[in-house]
Amino acid sequence: MIEVISEARCIDCGICVDVCPTNVFDADEHAHPSIARQSDCQTCFLCEAHCPTDALFVSPLSGPAPEGSPLRDEESLAREGRFGEYRGWIGWGHGRTPGSRNDRNQVFTLRLRALRPPEPAAPGSTTAEKEGPRP
Amino acid sequence: MSDVLEIETDVLVAGGGPAGTWAALRAADAGADVVLVDKGWCGASGATAAAGTGVWYVEPDPQAREEAMASREALGGYLADRAWMGRVLDETYAGMNEFAARGRYPFPVDDDGRQIRRGVQGPEYMRRMRMLVRRAGVRILDHSPLLELLTDADGAVVGAAGQRRQAGGDYRIRAGAVVLATGGCAFASGALGTHVDTGDGTLAAAEVGAHLSGMEFSNAYAIAPAHSSVTKTAYYSYASFYRADGTVLEGAGSTRGRSVIARTLLSEPVLARLDHAGPAEREAMRCGQPNFFLAFDRAGIDPFTDRFPITLLAEGTVRGTGGIALASTACDTDVPGLYAAGDVATREYICGGFTGGGSHNAAWALSSGSWAGRAAAAHARTVADRRRAAVPAGGAGLRPAGGEGITAREMVREVQDQVLPYDLNYLRHGDRLAPALETLHGLWREARAGLADADPWRAREAAAMTAVARWMYTAALARDESRGMHKREDRPGSDPTWHHRLDVGGLDEPWTRSAALEVAA
Repeated sequence: MIEVISEARCIDCGICVDVCPTNVFDADEHAHPSIARQSDCQTCFLCEAHCPTDALFVSPLSGPAPEGSPLRDEESLAREGRFGEYRGWIGWGHGRTPGSRNDRNQVFTLRLRALRPPEPAAPGSTTAEKEGPRP
Repeated sequence: MSDVLEIETDVLVAGGGPAGTWAALRAADAGADVVLVDKGWCGASGATAAAGTGVWYVEPDPQAREEAMASREALGGYLADRAWMGRVLDETYAGMNEFAARGRYPFPVDDDGRQIRRGVQGPEYMRRMRMLVRRAGVRILDHSPLLELLTDADGAVVGAAGQRRQAGGDYRIRAGAVVLATGGCAFASGALGTHVDTGDGTLAAAEVGAHLSGMEFSNAYAIAPAHSSVTKTAYYSYASFYRADGTVLEGAGSTRGRSVIARTLLSEPVLARLDHAGPAEREAMRCGQPNFFLAFDRAGIDPFTDRFPITLLAEGTVRGTGGIALASTACDTDVPGLYAAGDVATREYICGGFTGGGSHNAAWALSSGSWAGRAAAAHARTVADRRRAAVPAGGAGLRPAGGEGITAREMVREVQDQVLPYDLNYLRHGDRLAPALETLHGLWREARAGLADADPWRAREAAAMTAVARWMYTAALARDESRGMHKREDRPGSDPTWHHRLDVGGLDEPWTRSAALEVAA
């Protein structure tokens, strides 16, 4: 779930408020956006992907991080290089190569196809009888 | 707030995932005025935007096409249709090629410098689809969940109404045709990207008289780390599975052995380790879906060397195949003016009773979206009077029949209690399905009576999940055999007398009927 909006990095552009598919953030005229409905967060990391200043951190947990967790601590997260990490991987941001150029999803689709042994034809199924089991 | 935004347009598209954006694009290309409403944000909503997916993109080589079509027929229980598959392969090939040129999608290239168009990354794909849709002049309303359809005196669909979560107030859109592309229903299970997929469009369609097909094929479950939302079952083909004491869980696997995992999870934890992935595969996995690794890196887990607890998250009809039945490849429904595309529609025509992988769904979204968009634009041209009297068709969750009951959140939890447990939905048995369905009928009556919520869209989500769950189990009990992903412990094996599709529909009294395999392609 979304845990941190970086005090230091956020420029109040409001993009996270727009792009969040479950409307987790609220805009605030006089402050940074707030995490108004954390329980609606689906941990999809897309706010991080769209944040132009690497100001957001989504914890890997599908529930809220416990009190005192390093997953809620901006300084510790910054030390570990967590801010902007996902944007780096997908190659979003000025001067980066889109990560989709390195995409290998097709490899895994082919692998799955090869792994899946042919299912025995449905007993008595008319199509199966007509066409026989497939390799 | 009682403000109502009134709009008149040729084509209204509900849903801004792949199917909705392709529909909007094609309708606009055909010269229609188009409005697209999305519950969240078109570009980030839905299962595709958050993930990476293969695409069923096959060169127009007769042998390659033949193999592509044959490869999944047995898995789907021989319920798919070659004519539809052929048309989807044609449309997907043309659509992805056009997307490469028009959307400038940065595909990877092979050693000969040719683009590999057999997969897309969700964030990049959907960002570019939003851009194309906007460039085509489509008006997008984000954070604007559909609440209900509007019909005329003859029962034809003439628009829709919904809520504007950020802007405040409601919207009421009159349209020559409506394309539903609201996604499947994953029952808020927590599976990646599916929180918006709650069956809203399915309920709305049934309320105006559309029927569904294939709802028994709705029990897809995906592997995820127990702490996380990130589902990517393909990567678990490199995994070994273990019990808590470190012994190997015999028979467990990411494809055929998933039921072993489900059965074991009922009583004890199951752990996984991706120990069959070599250095090259590890790198390829990072590049294929980087957010897969966010879930591990940030939890301090190395998935290649550490054993970590896993869970199975329900993906319902998102990666099942059931949905609104179509009358032809124009993606028209039983109801004049209403079209359906993507996961809200049945995918049996190309997958039969089994999906599992994303590549068929991705191809289906592109193809059915394109067809629905073109057909809706053509239909809209035939509708002369756009202002004839319209009646809102929504019931449960919107118009209480009397009294206030439980909240929407409570209702969702009660529906989840009936549809998420592995021993109810995955490992099916008539003796367990029947009482679950009875409980769901009771919840539906509560949804009809009224929910104690101020927020209409939340009440509507709860009602829609309840409705979808009832159609799912009504169909699962009716199909008195095992076929595709629908496996009944009390009815092992397929029965040749069941080699046909199963229609389901009805609101207060769900019904089923046998349906022929042939649907006009």
